[in-house]
Amino acid sequence: MSGNDGLWGFIVHISLLSLLAIGGVNTILPELHRFVVLDNLWMSNEQFTALFALAQAAPGPNVIFVTLIGWQIFGLIGALAATLAICGPATIIAYVATHLSTQWQHLRWFKLLRSGLVPLTTGLMITSAWLLTAASAQSSLGYVITAATACVVLMTRINPLWLLAVAAVAGVAGFV
Amino acid sequence: MNTGAGPLHDGESVQAPPALTVSVTELFRAFLLVGLSGFGGVLPFVRHMLVEKRRWLTASEFTEVLGLSQLLPGPNVVNISIYVGARFAGIAGATSALLGLMVMPVVLVLCLGAAYTRYGDLPAVANAFRGVASAAAGLVVAMAAKIAWPVLRSGRTITIAAMVFIAMAIIKVPLVWTLAVLGPVSILWIWWRTP
Repeated sequence: MSGNDGLWGFIVHISLLSLLAIGGVNTILPELHRFVVLDNLWMSNEQFTALFALAQAAPGPNVIFVTLIGWQIFGLIGALAATLAICGPATIIAYVATHLSTQWQHLRWFKLLRSGLVPLTTGLMITSAWLLTAASAQSSLGYVITAATACVVLMTRINPLWLLAVAAVAGVAGFV
Repeated sequence: MNTGAGPLHDGESVQAPPALTVSVTELFRAFLLVGLSGFGGVLPFVRHMLVEKRRWLTASEFTEVLGLSQLLPGPNVVNISIYVGARFAGIAGATSALLGLMVMPVVLVLCLGAAYTRYGDLPAVANAFRGVASAAAGLVVAMAAKIAWPVLRSGRTITIAAMVFIAMAIIKVPLVWTLAVLGPVSILWIWWRTP
């Protein structure tokens, strides 16, 4: 929908998010949501959560959710740009770190930094869970499905794809 | 011993120079398989591939690489692919590992996306997606619970995690400010507590 300015702004923001995604892509979901749904009105809550569900239903790393976001807003070029932007900056840092890491391992501040970030990534994960739950629930039954799925995942070793399939059937049957 | 499979980065950059040689093609193929397996995150599959199947890393090396990848920004699996690729075959290795990891998932997810745009407006499909979206949220709830359960044991972690939640979910502060303020607070808090 948007022109080139929109695409560049998008790329810059996603590249920045790449650097902030400490603890994986799931920790930046709240920020992604704020950026594409609340601030830029590029998509609705329903589209955001549907794309997230698609990314979960596809094989591969969670980062492909960002690919889908780019695709939804800017088409194929947006998909490629989003993928490069979310991987690129972090990739360069990871490459540099490959050469430094063993010297870091035993440093006291490495451990300090690491344990210092744990509560942050935990808080971000909880925020992501909260946000997706609220954004996806169109009725009270949405909350029930979310809670039931979470319980089954925590208590069994079932492949999550089955749970997505059951939820799809429940949706088609008009329960949600 | 190393018969020319690209420049190996040994010496000070890795604790023990890798005794085995892994080619750029092998890296691509291994990560291609990893990319195709695993739903909702591929970490267990990366571990299986690198430690058990190919034996490129020992279990403790993998744990170290994982710890580093979680500290570094960016997607964890992407960081692991870069680390492993670079360790065995330099920049070419890192590039081919990353490409192998990403190419199939990106193609497949775009096919799903195209199908969604095309049929997403049909009432039955829209209804199905409402259900799937709630279930996908449930997967993240379970992941958050698994992460939070062992961590939220001290007043410090609970306070910081709660402040992150309030900042992000309720006040809707941009992530960069949340991290810039609460990151140092969290680290200083630990530093001040540890003798």
